[in-house]
Amino acid sequence: MFIKLEPRGEASRSMSYLSPLLAGLLTLVSGGIFFAFLGHDPIEALRIFLIAPVEDLYGFGELCVKAAPIMLCAIGLAVAFKAQVWNIGAEGQLLMGGLLASAVALQLMDVESFWALPLVLLSGMLGGGLWGLLAAWLRTRFNANEILTTIMFNYIALYLLLYFVHGSFKDPDGYGFPASAMFGDSSLLPILLEDTRMHIGILFALLAVVVIWVMLSRSFIGFQIKVLGLDSNAAKLAGFKHKRLVAVVMIISGALAGLAGAGEVAGPIGQLIPSISPGYGYAAIIVAFLGRLHPVGIFFASMLMALIYLGGELAQIELNLPLAVTSLFQGMLLFYLLACDVFINFKIKFNRPQISATLENS
Amino acid sequence: MDIDLITNVLYAMVRTGTPLLIVALGELVCERSGVLNLGQEGMMLMGAVVGFIVTLTTGSLMLGFMLAIVAGMLMSMLFAAIALGLNANQVATGLALTIFGTGLSAFIGAAYVGTPIVGLEPIAIPYLSDIPLIGKMLFAQDLVVYLSFGLFGLVYWFFKSSRLGLTVKAVGENPHAANSLGLPVMRTRYLAVAFGGGMAGLAGGYLSLAYTPLWAENMTAGRGWIALALVVFATWRADRIIFGAYLFGLASILNLVVQGLGYPVSPNLLAMMPYAATVLVLVMISSNVMKSKMYTPMWLGKPFHPHS
Repeated sequence: MFIKLEPRGEASRSMSYLSPLLAGLLTLVSGGIFFAFLGHDPIEALRIFLIAPVEDLYGFGELCVKAAPIMLCAIGLAVAFKAQVWNIGAEGQLLMGGLLASAVALQLMDVESFWALPLVLLSGMLGGGLWGLLAAWLRTRFNANEILTTIMFNYIALYLLLYFVHGSFKDPDGYGFPASAMFGDSSLLPILLEDTRMHIGILFALLAVVVIWVMLSRSFIGFQIKVLGLDSNAAKLAGFKHKRLVAVVMIISGALAGLAGAGEVAGPIGQLIPSISPGYGYAAIIVAFLGRLHPVGIFFASMLMALIYLGGELAQIELNLPLAVTSLFQGMLLFYLLACDVFINFKIKFNRPQISATLENS
Repeated sequence: MDIDLITNVLYAMVRTGTPLLIVALGELVCERSGVLNLGQEGMMLMGAVVGFIVTLTTGSLMLGFMLAIVAGMLMSMLFAAIALGLNANQVATGLALTIFGTGLSAFIGAAYVGTPIVGLEPIAIPYLSDIPLIGKMLFAQDLVVYLSFGLFGLVYWFFKSSRLGLTVKAVGENPHAANSLGLPVMRTRYLAVAFGGGMAGLAGGYLSLAYTPLWAENMTAGRGWIALALVVFATWRADRIIFGAYLFGLASILNLVVQGLGYPVSPNLLAMMPYAATVLVLVMISSNVMKSKMYTPMWLGKPFHPHS
């Protein structure tokens, strides 16, 4: 008897929804085995990882603080991925958003106007959007592979941020620490829930999910994006403007990541520091796939990813594990997802060796 | 600029370009077989951390390098199992490998951060290393650099005149045609991926055992990605890869040169150089659409299933 993969005539819809759940389950089981291997009680360790962080209201607030930037980045990536534009640069777009938002916020330190915050957030979107547009332009004008350019832009954005945080943005009264001054109150995101750090950023994320959902399912541009992703030749024949579409998806996805960055510096951090993101932009890639590039899926996947971040932090404190356990779980989740996704297009066939069967019959 | 400075810059250029050269040669073989493995960064990091821990605990550099190669290969087989065995999307699987490798290496290496070891020492070949300008660059390096010269020759010869090299190219250009000729498509691809993994592991080991003999989280700093760009830059040809690798080596040590000359330029801006150079080079190479289409292996990144 041996196992064979056989193509299905048609992609299985139910499998495409089941696959993320299955992947989650497999990650859970592997995580348990992994903890047991390290000498921890697996059930207790998983409880610390996945339940303990959100047992109280403060924990729920933290979950939303983490979920907001992930959701913003992931919903933007979903738009790009739908169009088969492989934007791996959400991290860099987030950093550029945070950088430009900080630049504006530092100019508005003593301004007590309602308009300060919108201005800060919009400049974040501008920073991320332009950073995304640059990669789009290099692809459409020069045919440069966007996977590689966006990755490189992640590094360049990081060093640009470091340049400014060590340079002209550094707080002159900060005893030489590489950090900007704390932003003025009018540039900070208001807290949504008392006694937590949960700020209105999560509302922006939810709004973005709904807007993108409507855009993808109801608008002409959403239709064009989907056609471009499914069959670029069909898009060409239909007369859709290819270059403009690539630019649009990169601007959308960059601007949303930029908003996430602005939300970090004007939210839980409150100033510009060298590390404003623990890899949210990379985690968002996993979230986008895990959520099937669908807004509802991305909502749940973002919450899960935020939980993994919190769980990693708590595991560091309570189980004395390195923080890298977070990215370990992230990688595992994506691997399992990709493996389970096989069953969308293929079915497994267990068949006895054919030859002997025919011989027996004859 | 005096002659000593130039001699040292050339020496550092080759030393810095070596890990890039090794990874890029491995990825070249992999890509010519039609498989795009974006997990270079993850495999390198695993090679780096495994090599470091092994050398630290056993005291043997040799064993460290060997197991670094094994670690890279094992990681690449994880990729192969999902991308080749299960026909998954190669781009996504490669990304998963990078994320997973980054996490796993940081996890197992956490206890070793900052521990110093005695790294691989350079061996100067008598007389030859005294040649002005290029002597130090070519003949006063460590063993892995010499090995990388040999690996370059091997890969060059492999594609130029070996039968197996021809098979790899056929499989990458059109696996269906290769399959109907009776060539073992899947086996060739598995082997090519394993070779790429071993090379990435070796390059990672070079970083943690020779280049900067210590372990730090994420110490590859994007070299795996630069190597991927290097393969595009080299239009999938080994001779151009060696040229490109040293060019990027030069871009990476620019900060040392500038500091050596005493110009006050921000180290953060200089650290950006290799990445900016990568983008620039990609743009220059790719802008000729016809040409880049001609060089890219036809089936690159596309899964092959004999029944579809």
